[in-house]
Amino acid sequence: MTQLLQQIINGLSLGSIYALIALGYTMVYGILKLINFAHGEVFMVGAYTGFYAASALGVAGFEANNQSFPLYLAVLVLVLAMAAAALLGMAIEFLAYRPVRSAPRLTPLITAIGVSLFLQNAGMLLFSPNPQRYPAILSEVRFELFGVIVTNIKLTIFVVALCLMLGLHLFVQKTWTGRAMRALSFNIDAAKLMGIDTNRVIRSTFAIGSALAAAGGILFGLDQITINPLMGVLTGLKAFVAAVLGGIGSIPGAVIGGLLIGLAEQLTAGYLSPEYRDAITFVILILILLLKPEGLLGVVRVEKV
Amino acid sequence: MRALIRVVIATAVLLVIYGLQFGVEAGFTQYVQRIILLAGINVILAVGLNLINGTTGQFSIGHAGFMAVGAYAAAFIGVQLAGPVHGTLGPGPLADAIIFNLALLAGALFAGISGLIVGMPSLRLRGDYLAVVTLGFGEIIRILFNNATFLGSATGYFGDSPSGLPEYTNFFWVFAWVTVIVLLIHNLTFSQTGRSLTAIREDEIAAEAMATPSTRLKVTAFAISAASAGIAGGLFAHMQSGVRPEDFRFEKSIDMIVMIIVGGLGSISGAILGGIFVAVSLELMRDLQQYRLVLYALLLIVIMIVRPQGLLGTRELHHLLRRKKAEKPPAPSEST
Repeated sequence: MTQLLQQIINGLSLGSIYALIALGYTMVYGILKLINFAHGEVFMVGAYTGFYAASALGVAGFEANNQSFPLYLAVLVLVLAMAAAALLGMAIEFLAYRPVRSAPRLTPLITAIGVSLFLQNAGMLLFSPNPQRYPAILSEVRFELFGVIVTNIKLTIFVVALCLMLGLHLFVQKTWTGRAMRALSFNIDAAKLMGIDTNRVIRSTFAIGSALAAAGGILFGLDQITINPLMGVLTGLKAFVAAVLGGIGSIPGAVIGGLLIGLAEQLTAGYLSPEYRDAITFVILILILLLKPEGLLGVVRVEKV
Repeated sequence: MRALIRVVIATAVLLVIYGLQFGVEAGFTQYVQRIILLAGINVILAVGLNLINGTTGQFSIGHAGFMAVGAYAAAFIGVQLAGPVHGTLGPGPLADAIIFNLALLAGALFAGISGLIVGMPSLRLRGDYLAVVTLGFGEIIRILFNNATFLGSATGYFGDSPSGLPEYTNFFWVFAWVTVIVLLIHNLTFSQTGRSLTAIREDEIAAEAMATPSTRLKVTAFAISAASAGIAGGLFAHMQSGVRPEDFRFEKSIDMIVMIIVGGLGSISGAILGGIFVAVSLELMRDLQQYRLVLYALLLIVIMIVRPQGLLGTRELHHLLRRKKAEKPPAPSEST
């Protein structure tokens, strides 16, 4: 019983990272009907930006003196990484996706694969292909709750992710840009006719999705301790499956899907075999495509000619 | 009469390839021979992948996974068959040829079946689900082979003998299979079924309105494509005395995509050129190993922005030669 609770806690914290990344996939897909393969790499770049920002702010000195990294600096690291990723997301959109936006369906898809591949390998050249230990921008405190070991890191991950998702919800529901995003995902041509600057709204969609992915990257680094330039491939894939599971295009769906994927992965690792933790996501994807391709919260859209 | 002519032509082609083999083995160094063999294997991969990615317009980005299935299946079954076949026929080139081709066909069968398993759930739907599912498949299959102890886990499968798998793959077999696969896929592409596949690429809804069974055709095309990747995998396995999971990383799938995009998505002759291009450029860029994929990635993005139809578009080289004048490229299609 305590083991089950333990796995659930770990699963929820991992799942909230997936949920953060899944939001970017689902928002871009909702508007452009494009699987943004480069999103996993934006997540990776976010994690590395956090890594270098923390080093620049002197995390090594604090670690050497056995002091904990001050909280305001940790928040600064998070903000810097999110800003850098937002810029990267906008640059990708402007340089690679915008020129091919009105091309046949396959062209943007191949471009996205190209961008993803470029960032992976540029990352290997810039950051070295070897895994790096993530700096302890949050020193670990363990405490026991009903016989379950909870660390402040897992709690922070969950809380930070939850706050960001709440922020996104308010943004999409309450601001003008958020309403424009919803209009675009409903019908991009009609939105353009209503005088919405679609380029600007798409740019902000990429910026917001990328910033969330960067936050996910830092939380992932804290959780998994090491990062490497190829970390975006499998994690990005899992987050995409989370978006499909929740119903691609649906923001609450991405959150639910992310949490479910995280839980499924931890439970598989805990009760079946750690080797199959990556395979379970794939099984879920196949099942969801067979049984309910529109996802848990997705709506079936009638295709019109 | 026509059947007789065909048999004569086929025999003549095989004899020419057989003759060329001696020329190649005498005239080129081991190093160049290896590049030629790899180019042939690439052509099989590219022509096969082009059937689903180019002609049918459904994007697979994990074809290295099917190549891996074919390679492992062919290697394993080849080793299992060696005993009984050598027992009845005695050792010799005939027995080896039988074992090799049965093993390749088994590899194709296994790869084709995994293509069915992967394709059926994802191709029922419109949209780019195949891309994601194949990406996942490529990763997962490597994890499976990494953990399959009877296939040598992460060190790879090298058969029972200490010298590794028998190196059956030579110029004759590679190019005999290249001929078979290219002809098969060429005839399929220009048959009624092939026209239906093109119709699905251009507009799936309209194709269905014309009573094209789109799901069945997409899955069939995908399984054929996976099976030819399986053949290529079997040839590859018997070329270097063993198969390792690391041979079939994501880079391999990317190589295949570069092959079909450089030459022109949807063009068989383009895929052939692309396969040769990648084999040669891989060797030329051997010293630039770590920059290779960055360059490939930039190549993909630039081609997509500047000339998304690739070198040849959907046209074929021999069609271009046949009617040089009044060549008007088809209007670029726009799917909704």
